[in-house]
Amino acid sequence: MTDVTTTTVTSTAAPLLDVRGVTMRFGGLTAVNNVDLTVGEGEIIGLIGPNGAGKTTFFNCLTGLYVPTEGTVKYRDKVLPPKPHLVTQAGIARTFQNIRLFANMTVLENVLVGRHSRTKEGLISALVRGPGYRRAEADSRAKAMDLLEFTGLAGKADHLARNLPYGEQRKLEIARALASEPGLLLLDEPTAGMNPQETRAAEELVFAIRDRGIAILVIEHDMRFIFNLCDRTAVLVQGQKIVEGDRETVQNDERVITAYLGEPLESVPGASDSTADDSTADDNDTADGAADSTENDE
Amino acid sequence: MTTTSPTLALLRRQAAGTLARLEGSAPAPVARALVAGGAVLTIASAFLSWTWTADFPGDLTVSGYPGGLQWLTVATGLLLLLQTLAAYDLPVLRALAPTGHTAPLRRLALAAFATTWFTLAAIAIELGGLANLTTGGFIAGLAVLPALYGALALPADHRPAKAPAATSPWIERLWVTLITAAGLLLFTYGIDTSYGELFEGYLIAAGFSAAAYLKSGLFERGAALLQRQRPFAMTAAFVAAALFPLTQNNDHDANVGVNILIFATVALGLNIVVGLTGLLDLGYVAFLGVGAYTAALVSGSPFSPFHNAQVPFWAAALIGAGVSIVFGVLIGAPTLRLRGDYLAIVTIGFGEIFHITVQNLDGTSGPKITNGPNGIPQIPDISIFGLNLGTAHQLGSITIGRFANYFFLMLIVTLIVVAVFSRAGNSRIGRAWIAIREDETAAEAMGINGFRTKLTAFALGAALAGLAGTVSAHVTYNVVPDPYVFAGSTPPNSAFLLAAVVLGGMGTVSGPLLGASLLYLIPEKLSFLQNYQLLAFGVALILLMRFRPEGIIANRRRKLEFHADDADAVEIPEQGSGPDNVNLSKAGA
Repeated sequence: MTDVTTTTVTSTAAPLLDVRGVTMRFGGLTAVNNVDLTVGEGEIIGLIGPNGAGKTTFFNCLTGLYVPTEGTVKYRDKVLPPKPHLVTQAGIARTFQNIRLFANMTVLENVLVGRHSRTKEGLISALVRGPGYRRAEADSRAKAMDLLEFTGLAGKADHLARNLPYGEQRKLEIARALASEPGLLLLDEPTAGMNPQETRAAEELVFAIRDRGIAILVIEHDMRFIFNLCDRTAVLVQGQKIVEGDRETVQNDERVITAYLGEPLESVPGASDSTADDSTADDNDTADGAADSTENDE
Repeated sequence: MTTTSPTLALLRRQAAGTLARLEGSAPAPVARALVAGGAVLTIASAFLSWTWTADFPGDLTVSGYPGGLQWLTVATGLLLLLQTLAAYDLPVLRALAPTGHTAPLRRLALAAFATTWFTLAAIAIELGGLANLTTGGFIAGLAVLPALYGALALPADHRPAKAPAATSPWIERLWVTLITAAGLLLFTYGIDTSYGELFEGYLIAAGFSAAAYLKSGLFERGAALLQRQRPFAMTAAFVAAALFPLTQNNDHDANVGVNILIFATVALGLNIVVGLTGLLDLGYVAFLGVGAYTAALVSGSPFSPFHNAQVPFWAAALIGAGVSIVFGVLIGAPTLRLRGDYLAIVTIGFGEIFHITVQNLDGTSGPKITNGPNGIPQIPDISIFGLNLGTAHQLGSITIGRFANYFFLMLIVTLIVVAVFSRAGNSRIGRAWIAIREDETAAEAMGINGFRTKLTAFALGAALAGLAGTVSAHVTYNVVPDPYVFAGSTPPNSAFLLAAVVLGGMGTVSGPLLGASLLYLIPEKLSFLQNYQLLAFGVALILLMRFRPEGIIANRRRKLEFHADDADAVEIPEQGSGPDNVNLSKAGA
């Protein structure tokens, strides 16, 4: 893991998100080490890696939850401020790995909260309730209902978020993130804990979001999901990006296979050659192995 | 429940065992008949004399007419009788028990039993022995037993509530009016109780009956009704509140009313901070103090160093609220960066700093501003549009005393605070507060500036408390540092305020109003308990939190949880009926 070679496929001229040399250290632990990543307009980029590889930490660095120890994150050629609400204001929205809805608010209210950064009405106008306030509120509600329609939750607008089934909670989180009218959406394991049908539906949703002109960076363990969706996929192992590219590049990379399946035992005779066998192992095994590890997470 | 002491566990097992043995020990029709007969007997027994002498307050010596505590027995007996008739499936009364008859019947029977036996026990203990009870007293004690046994022997019949039939809005408004009127009656009766025993009996009767209606599902139904007719219900509640001083013939009760309103207003302000934004502020009463001291300083009191700078009340109110905002921001800016327990600890500290500071600004330890522990006395009465609130006025044949004047002023302030609370709470900024309460990290990821939003909540809460403080300074004539501490035996102090919010129901408007009324009246009426007051109070709080942790008035968000049950329910022909109002109406009071 010493020499890091990156197979980057640059697709667009002016990237939407430009991450350069981001490093995150917690004391002696380097969770993310010198990661570069670009996301172009309307792209879907996957981010995979074994558990503890630093994917979520990387997300937190992008969204201002953590301030990276080194490196810069640029969005539309502007360096992002290290505050979550300012990052959202700038146009990056996210969902969370472990769903973080406002459990005791209704579905509609959750989405309305998502519109916070796109509305301005403060306390005074809320108390006065002038025509401007009412127009803005009605507008927000209409837009929120549109998003609920889009994600298929319109019928449950008045339900409490916590009473939704799991899959719909995931959808609501996406709707809430979309409410902030982002240019880039970061999805942290959107299909974790979903059954195959729900996962297919989530794929459709992600494509539909991309069709709205929103770029997507997605963390996933479900390889089929990733390779169906993503224009490019980056693999993060122990905080380092070891490879980035299309399906073939990633699937055939020895280091990816090693990271997921482990290295062959040195003591076994002829072990040095067995890597070749491993690398020719069925791709589905890799995918299944990863999917298993997801299940263990839950 | 795992940490319950062995004794308590044993008691629980025995109680559960007894209940299980009793349940079904008589056939259901017999049991029901026993309850009905017991209820009639109980009512009748209240018309006998219960004791020989007039030494026991309320004069229970008259046969043929109930008096004092006997009225409570009559009331609980009537409620029990109505509920029993409902259990006989009579056409209109049927709607009294949307979620089953047995549970409310048991509690109402307990209410009648507890009220009656409490009265008898009080007579026996106070006058020294059972010999003080007449035959009528013993009959009353026995008459309630068949009802209690019958209710316990009835089989459990809990069922999910059915959706109420749609009624015209005017009939709904009629119900709202009735609920509010009953609420006013209940509230007025509580305040008017002239001796401790009567208030205790009232609490027992009201407590058990409230539990019964909570169990019967009427409470939920009434709350939904009030929610549907919200503007009308609010108006009715304020009309009822405005009528309150007119129903009183002595100014002391109006004084109690003013103090309840002040306490309730401050509790509503705290509800923004605690209930909506989820910031545990344990030093909140300091803002009430800031408002009160500010108003006192500019009131023209000769003991104020600024007595030459007397300003009219409306200006004093604005200054008081403004100064409170300044203090709110000053205290909030450094502390709101903390979360959870840390914030609570730091706010206690700031509350104490206020208390100690005003004690030391006495001319020796610091500059002479607040006169230290002596406070600022002789605060003149407010004069609005040439109307001096300090003197009694005549309205037709009704005399409106000093405290009644202040009651009306405070009612306007409360109206403002309620409007501010509900408008702010139901807006973009209010949603941001609730989002922060639910999950601060997620809220910030949604573009909410956590610190600034929390500071807004803190400052608004402070402003509302400061506003109430300016009135309170004038009502009490003087301002001293003592009430503005973390905990004490009388409201308002931070602990009581927090208790009022939590007890009443966090995040609601009516919750803190009800919580504040209860928490003000209990120490006021039970003053004879003296040193045991806080102990009794603590026990009462623990019991309430054990049996209704979400507060007396549950948040509308909690009501939504019941919504799912109603959706697939069959329709019920009758709409809610009479006596349910009695306890529901507390919300309107």
